[in-house]
Order: sequence, then C-alpha cells, then structure tokens
Amino acid sequence: MNSLLSTDKGKAAGFAGALALLILSAAASVLFGLRNFSLDTVIQAYTSYTGSDEQLIIRTSRVPRALTAAVIGCSLAVSGVLLQAMTRNPLASPSILGINAGAALAIVSMLYWYGAVFTFGDLIWVAFIGAGISAGAIFLIATAGKGGMTPIKLILTGSALASFATSINSLFMLISNETLEGALYWLTGSVSNSNLNHTLQLLPYMAAGWVIALLMTRSLNVMAMGDDVAIGLGQRMVWVKLLTLLVVVLLAGGSVALAGPIAFVGIMIPHISRWLIGNDHRWVLPYSAVLGAAFLLLADTLSRFLIHGKEVPVGVTTAVLGVPFVVALVRRKALGQI
Amino acid sequence: MGRFRQSYRRLTERHRKPLVMVRLLLLAVVLLAAVIVSIGLGSLRVPVSDVLRTLVGLGEQKYELIVYQLRMPRIAASILVGAAMAISGTILQALIRNPLASPDLLGTTSGATAAVVAFITIMNGQVAVGWMPVVAMAGGCIASAITYLLAWRGGSSPLRMAMIGVSVSSAMGALTIYFTLAGPIYLVSQALGWMAGTVYGTSWTHVLYLAPWVVVGGALALFQSRSLNVLELGDRIAIGVGMRVERNRFLFIILAVVLASAAVGIAGGISFVGLMAPHMARKLVGNHNGAIVTASALLGALFLLLADLVGRTVFVPLDIPAGIFTAILGAPFFIYLMYRHRHG
Repeated sequence: MNSLLSTDKGKAAGFAGALALLILSAAASVLFGLRNFSLDTVIQAYTSYTGSDEQLIIRTSRVPRALTAAVIGCSLAVSGVLLQAMTRNPLASPSILGINAGAALAIVSMLYWYGAVFTFGDLIWVAFIGAGISAGAIFLIATAGKGGMTPIKLILTGSALASFATSINSLFMLISNETLEGALYWLTGSVSNSNLNHTLQLLPYMAAGWVIALLMTRSLNVMAMGDDVAIGLGQRMVWVKLLTLLVVVLLAGGSVALAGPIAFVGIMIPHISRWLIGNDHRWVLPYSAVLGAAFLLLADTLSRFLIHGKEVPVGVTTAVLGVPFVVALVRRKALGQI
Repeated sequence: MGRFRQSYRRLTERHRKPLVMVRLLLLAVVLLAAVIVSIGLGSLRVPVSDVLRTLVGLGEQKYELIVYQLRMPRIAASILVGAAMAISGTILQALIRNPLASPDLLGTTSGATAAVVAFITIMNGQVAVGWMPVVAMAGGCIASAITYLLAWRGGSSPLRMAMIGVSVSSAMGALTIYFTLAGPIYLVSQALGWMAGTVYGTSWTHVLYLAPWVVVGGALALFQSRSLNVLELGDRIAIGVGMRVERNRFLFIILAVVLASAAVGIAGGISFVGLMAPHMARKLVGNHNGAIVTASALLGALFLLLADLVGRTVFVPLDIPAGIFTAILGAPFFIYLMYRHRHG
C-alpha cells in the first residue's frame, strides 16, 4: 500500500492532525467574514451575553453556519466513501450519481405543489424519500441490460439523471414565484442561511448515519474486494449493500435538506483520505469524516471573500476546488481502462 | 470486422439514395408544417389560413405585427439554434467516434454560457447583440480545448471524455454563477434564462447576427461532409486515401465549436439537441454524412421549435425556457443511447 502514513502510530498522529485542522477551520469559519471577530468576542458571546450586534452575529449566524458546514461536509464525505466502496467505482459520489439532485428535486417539487406549508421536519423526510427514489432508480437502471452494472454505465446514468432532475428543478422554479436568489440556492447549495434549529433537528439522523457507517467499516473492507470474495468470506452482500445505501440516502438526503446539493466533497475527500492512509476503511472513514467537515468549513470561509461584499454559494467554491481534482483523478492510469 | 461492415453498408447506401431524398423532403415538409402551426399558436391564436395569407402578404393588418415581429423572429431563432447545435453534434460524433459526443459533453455549451454571462456582468447589461456570438465562441473554444486536451491520453476514451466534460461543465457552471452573483441583482434573471437556454424575446436583430454563422458553418459542414465521412472511418484509412488528418480534424472541431457557441450566444445553454438530433438522423437516413448533416439540421430545428412551442404555450402566462424541455427529453435519451452503444 503506497500511502503517506503506513504505521498505526503514524495514522493516529495524522488523525490528531486532521482533528486539529478541523478545529482551526471551524475557528476560521466563525472568526472571518464580512466582519472579523476576535476569539475573545466569540467566547464572550456565550459567557457574558449582552445582545450587542457582534454577539448577535456570532450566535445567530457564524456559529450555526460553521456547525452546519461541518455536519454537511462530514456527511457528504462519508457517503462518498460508502458509495465508492460499494460500487468499487472511484468516481462514485452522491452528486455525480444524481442522489443530491434527486433529493433537491423532491423538495422543490413538494414546495411547488403544496407551497410553503412544510415544517423542516417534513422536508427532511421529503429529502430522504427523494434521495432514496433516485438512488434506487440509478442502481436499477445501471444494473439493467446486458452485462450488469459497469462503472461507465453507473456514472453516465447518474449524470444523465442528475441533469434530468436539475432541469425539472429549474422548470418548477421558473413556474413558481420563488425569488431567484432562493432558486440559485437549490441549484448549487449554500450554507449561508443556516438555521441552528434545523441543523440540530437533523443532527440525530446524521449522527445515526455516521455511527452505522463506522460500525460497517469491516464490511466495507470486504465489500471493496468485490462480490465474489465477499460472498466467499460469508458476507450477506444484499443486506450490507442495502444498509450502505440506506446510510447514503440518510446522509446525502439530510445534507440536501439543510443546504441544497453541494458537489465534489463526496468525491474528493475519500481519495485524499486513501492517499493519506491507504485502503483500510477503518481508517478511511473517520479520516474522511473529519477532513470532509474541515474542507467544507474552509470552502465556506473562502466563499465569503470571492466577491467583494457578497457571498458566493459554497457549492460554487467546492466546484472550483473540486474540478481540477476530478480531472486529475480521471486522467490517472488506473482509470485508463474504464 | 465492424468497420468492414460499415464501409459495405455505406457502399450499398448509394442504391437507396432516392429513399434518403424522400425522407429528407418529408422532414422538411414536417418542419414547414411545424413552423406554420407554431406561428398560429400563442396567447392570440391565428388560424392557419390567416397565417398563410399573412405570409404571402395578403393577411389582415392585425396579424401582421404578431406574425412578423413577434413569432417569426423567435421561430427563426429556434430553427437556426437547433440546426447549429445539431450540425455541431453530428460533426463531433463523427470526429471523436464517440456516440455520446456532443457540444454539451465537450464543455462547449457551458463554456460559451459562462463567457456570455461574464460579458453581460462586466458590461453591466449594456451589450450589443452582435458581440454575443463572438464572446460565446471565445468561451466555447477555451472550454472545449480544455476538455479535449485533458481527456487526451494517446486517445480519448468515451468515459474519460464524459467525466472530464462533466467536470469542466460544472466548473464553467460555477463560474457562471460566480459572475451572476458578482453583477447587479437585476441581471440575475437574465443570466438564469441564459443558463437554461431560451429564445424568449429574440428579435430580427438576433436572427440577423446569428444567421451568417449558422448558414456559412452549415454550408461548410455540408460541402465538406465527404472528408467527414473519410475521417469517421478512422485515421489509418483517412491517411491511406491521402487526407491530412490532423489538420482536417482540427478544422472540423473548430467548425463544430463555432456553430454551437454562436447558438449559445443567442439562445444560451440549450442542451441535448446536439446529442439527440444526429442519432435520430442516423436512424432516418443512414451514415452518409451529407444526408446526415441535412437530416440532423432539420431534426434539430424541429426539435427546438417544438420545445419552444411547448414552453410558450403550455404554461401561459409564463414563458418557460426551451432548454428545460430539451433536457427533460434528452436525459432519458442519453440513458437509452448507453444501452444501444455498449462501449463499457
């Protein structure tokens, strides 16, 4: 295994480093933006609350936003790991396979048909169902036909379904009287209007997803070796795959309900983790979770400075950062045969 | 073996030429009928007889404005844009010998869109129509060159091309949103329409600025279709018959990019027409590129005309971008194609 960190001790140290990076990026996300705060101000906002503008911004905007970005980054990265292990396809991720777009379509179409009558609790379930249906459809379509599921079929089916869902999405948005800024939000994903209550409401589902994923790491290792080996080792593949898919739907659907479809986190982070510590999912999964959170926090902080005085949706920033990465990935020799 | 069979089929096609001509004529008639019906339909319905009378100059005064100033330019723009996209797709599919090749997949459409939106933002909405196709071409060329160069590794596999095309497109999409947000808020709706692709609000000026590109480009594609045919047979055969392969391929790609970008410059990111029309054309008239270019142009025009007709009549009083309907139809078609051509 040609990974950067090969010993267990090195991996543990690296993990501590990743955690430190996460804490630093969370701090950066809270401190820097249109207005910069000092660490003291942030601490005072929670210890001696006076209701000043600064403290209000920190408590109602910066901290919720950082928390949301961390939760979503972590969830998207974990679902990327799960999908890549399950399909043994290095390009799989919730956005490329169209799962994010499906969840977004479900939310937008419910809002279109019934108006803004939903609580956030309802929308979470709408997103889960949307993500579930699109995941099911993609895997069914990609498996159908001669030859079963090949990597190219899966990826192309996913991207075709994603652009299908996205165009129906824009259709609904143009028909209804949603504001255009709101429309952009469902097309690219943004954490700028994070609501602490929403994030906390979703957190139990996400946490359940993370825990199940962590418990499944051994099965993921077996699954990544291929169906034949896995069955030979006594894995009940159908159930493992269904459970994996369920967790993906939970994590990707939840992320979309909170922030819209954010691309490229789910494909980049697992590769970076594997590059750091190799193919063992017992390490890849926690690394990806932490690095995913840190990445989205940094991307969100960065997106406050891309246009002077305005914010760019974080989905734009992740795309700009992620595209060179995917291009490099696709050009690598290992993928030449696909 | 497959290549032999293809060449054989192409030889035998000579004997079916009358059939091909009949089908092309039929297609033209259908397009004409669609134009006439489309002129008649809208918020104010004009009966077919009146449409015909107005077109030959004998119509009532009240229909003149609607037919000549409102509906005709829009229909003309749909036809030109659809044809341009379709011809561009035909060329790319022949050149790259990849059934999934199209201006969308090469990143041309999204690159041109990003360039146009950037241009609108930088010029603060004050842009001359004539510049749009040119700006779009610059963007389309850059994005396509990036995709093509990045996907090239001693050959271009369909998946690598598709993945890099998708990635470059999403980078261009991100740039588009970036430029949209960097500009004043009232330009957002204009830019959103552009991203989806629409012929809403096109006037004769737009048509006049688009027409030269499409007419000249289409004519070039048609007259050079013999070289396109040869190129499609593969490099070795093409070199064998004495063609300067690299130069020809390069010129054809430029032609395809120019056609698609010019269309984007007027109508925005209309997707999937360049993918679907050539495939349907191949079904209808076979592989001969002269016939396929014509059939594909007619089909693309028809396709976008109908998409726009649905967009402006079904959701009255709203005007939905035609690009949304081409994408809704195109994505399932794309999946269907993957099953027909199994390169996996």
